[in-house]
Amino acid sequence: MVKLIYIEASGTEHVVTAKLGQSVMESAVKNNVPGIAADCGGVLACATCRVYVKGAWQEKLEPPSEMEQSTIEFSEDTTPGLRLSCQIKVTPELDGLTVHLPESQH
Amino acid sequence: MAQPVVAIVGSGQAGFQVAVSLRELKYEGRVVMVGDEPHAPYRRPPLSKTYLMGEANTEEVSFCSDSHFVQQRIELIAGKRAVSIDRARRVLRLDDDSAIEYDHLVLAIGARNRPLPLAGAELRDLFYLRTLSEADALRARMATAKSAVVIGAGFIGLEFAAVAAKQGLEVTVLEAADRPMARAISKTMSDVFTREHASMGVRLVLNSRVTRLVVDDGRVRGVETSDGQVLPADLVVVGIGVIPNVELATSCDLRVEDGIVVDELLQTSDPHISAIGDVATHVSRHTHGARARLESVQNACDQARCVARRIAGKPAEYDALPWFWTNQGPLKLQIAGLASAGCDEVVRGDPNGMSCSVYLFRNGKLVCVESLNRPADHMLARRLLTNGVAVTPQQAADGTFELKSLLAPAGAPK
Repeated sequence: MVKLIYIEASGTEHVVTAKLGQSVMESAVKNNVPGIAADCGGVLACATCRVYVKGAWQEKLEPPSEMEQSTIEFSEDTTPGLRLSCQIKVTPELDGLTVHLPESQH
Repeated sequence: MAQPVVAIVGSGQAGFQVAVSLRELKYEGRVVMVGDEPHAPYRRPPLSKTYLMGEANTEEVSFCSDSHFVQQRIELIAGKRAVSIDRARRVLRLDDDSAIEYDHLVLAIGARNRPLPLAGAELRDLFYLRTLSEADALRARMATAKSAVVIGAGFIGLEFAAVAAKQGLEVTVLEAADRPMARAISKTMSDVFTREHASMGVRLVLNSRVTRLVVDDGRVRGVETSDGQVLPADLVVVGIGVIPNVELATSCDLRVEDGIVVDELLQTSDPHISAIGDVATHVSRHTHGARARLESVQNACDQARCVARRIAGKPAEYDALPWFWTNQGPLKLQIAGLASAGCDEVVRGDPNGMSCSVYLFRNGKLVCVESLNRPADHMLARRLLTNGVAVTPQQAADGTFELKSLLAPAGAPK
């Protein structure tokens, strides 16, 4: 079990216990964290599970795949640290990961 | 005073999203959602992909945890069917004789499988793929089947074929038209899929109609085609499209064509009733003057959000760009915009390989982009089409031209 922290654009913080192997998107959705739409269900088709990863955590995550990278690069959202949370798998190393949520996914 | 009530018929992607969006928008009234399936709301797209492969389980395809409904005060009535609407009294009746008085009613009733119009089609072991129960039955049969015949080379049929071939089944897909997914994608992209399915080991037979089901001992054992060929199979899957569930709307005299007719606000001919998702036929600037009934996750979600906003007091016309995806083995196709017959096709990338995009122009105007394994093209196409940016066929055809340069720089007024 790994602790993840989601911070809404309003500043509201959600701490959840995530299961290993789940994605950061699934952990949010299954723990009732608002602010992640995930319309496509996690298949890298919609870019509505966007999160922002700051500081040292950026380095600790596996870098984005080529498919994720091009989706991010060409999306309208240019916020630094942008990742698609459906592509980040929960591992023991991610204990304490903090991600910030956009004001809107649309 | 009693709380206002929003009643939602249908607990698929559209119905679920209305309920969730109402709460996100701080709607305070009651939200009651009626679904005729026994399960809590779930995602359908994985059923023909990861769920069928055994890579996702029931919990993973469900939209949210059960506690979410309680926490969000969404009253889910599962396993019940809506049977009538009394528009004058604003009462929805269910098949257990219970009644729900509503202030606003959202019809998100979806569509059902188009049945095969042949004798034997009523047999239980003819397989369809729309619901979780159907996916479970199919998955169970796939575990022992060696061969499968798929009737219809649409999205569902081909997604199934890709999974079945990967699992080692001998798969034949029969299609009446002269190319796969003919209703939905360009000729160029159809040709890529025809070629790539062959390399996945799927036998795709075009211009082929099924005239008879071969039934033995109450079981479907294969099919016979119009040229007299008999194809034996352990498993026959039917994917020949859907029929929108308009009966409830027809029975209370709402306007119905190929789907429940809604205006730009997604309102039916009764201002207290909206219709969304697969069952609704709408117009917007992206449908190019025609009515469109779209069967997609995007359409379900975005129409749901549009209606929720109106109910919450922020009405706006439905204006979302249609987009779609299908995954078939190594083929990930993403479509932005809506094409129609007679579009001019311009290709970027190599249509003889696994990565290309087809840009579709109608009277010189870009209306749709199909991207195969090219998410960058897709994301860019969404922005170009949403913002109505002018693109010429020459620019699209020139692989060295940066289409991104046509967009206003970030932060600049659009």
